[in-house]
Amino acid sequence: MSDAWIVVAAVGVATVLFKAAGPVFLGRRALPPRIQPAVELLAPVMLAALVTTQTFGEGDEIAVDARVPGVAAAALALAVWRRVPVVGAMAIAALVTGLLRLL
Amino acid sequence: MRPDAPETTILIVGFSQAFAGTVAGVSADARREPRFRDGVRAALPLVPGPLFFGISFGVLAEASGFGAAAAVVMSATTFAGSAQFAAVSVLDSGGTLAAATAAAIFLNARYAAMSVTVASIVPGWWPRRLASSQLIVDESWALSGRSGRFEWPVLAGAGLLLYVFWVASTALGTVIGGLLRNPDALGLDAAFAALFLALAVPYVRSRRALQAAALAVAITLVLTPLTPTGVPIVAAASACLIGLKR
Repeated sequence: MSDAWIVVAAVGVATVLFKAAGPVFLGRRALPPRIQPAVELLAPVMLAALVTTQTFGEGDEIAVDARVPGVAAAALALAVWRRVPVVGAMAIAALVTGLLRLL
Repeated sequence: MRPDAPETTILIVGFSQAFAGTVAGVSADARREPRFRDGVRAALPLVPGPLFFGISFGVLAEASGFGAAAAVVMSATTFAGSAQFAAVSVLDSGGTLAAATAAAIFLNARYAAMSVTVASIVPGWWPRRLASSQLIVDESWALSGRSGRFEWPVLAGAGLLLYVFWVASTALGTVIGGLLRNPDALGLDAAFAALFLALAVPYVRSRRALQAAALAVAITLVLTPLTPTGVPIVAAASACLIGLKR
């Protein structure tokens, strides 16, 4: 079994359990209010880390290459035009980075 | 899935209301009971989201060697875009199996919190509740709470429509991805980064979220040269602990 299939199985099982946590396992009880704020911060924290590795990560090293201006252009678009769709931001980054690599 | 819909505000309001235990009981008798088709109708304007997002996932999964079948099965079983992209991207950049799995699982932990908010309104006995709870995604959950209380038929209708488009568009994307020769030359690695950035935007409206995100960036940058690939992302999850601070 390849790595991809193991990830598909593990993430799939975990997600099914997360989504069923309330309706199947908890019933009417709630998550402990104490940990609630931390759970809510998990998504922005993980996304920020992913942006970082995807922009600067090169294996075990930090690299500044054509990706950086591409991602910066997408960030600028998101900041200036707030309703830019996700796919639009992706296209801008791919276009700028792709063109710089052609030079 | 894509949390940048206009309903994101509802999502945040929904969280705070649900957990403060003050979900406003909109006078139920003043309005007819919500139906499954109301959910389908409510989600129709959102269809371009999962459509293009699903195609992108298929393209990137196929182009990065994750495999078409694995991508489609993942869309059908995980049904949570950002986590799926995370898993594929960590594997693509040379991260370990454990790191890819952990990153995706951390991203999806929010669904435990969401599912708790609708726990009492999911009908049926447990196998049916287990199956239908899989229709919870950011958008369907947000739509189901927009009247001020969570309505199960709306969530189920919206979730099912989005699910169908998500899985189908992933399959379409893998076909397109198979035609691409050298994805990195096209800047698809930068597109991954822009994707995560766009997904993060609606989440970092509060100061606390912004601080946590900045801390995560710092942890990732510091650990990248020091630890094996994939570890920095998982370690960055600890930045969410500042949420425990009062």
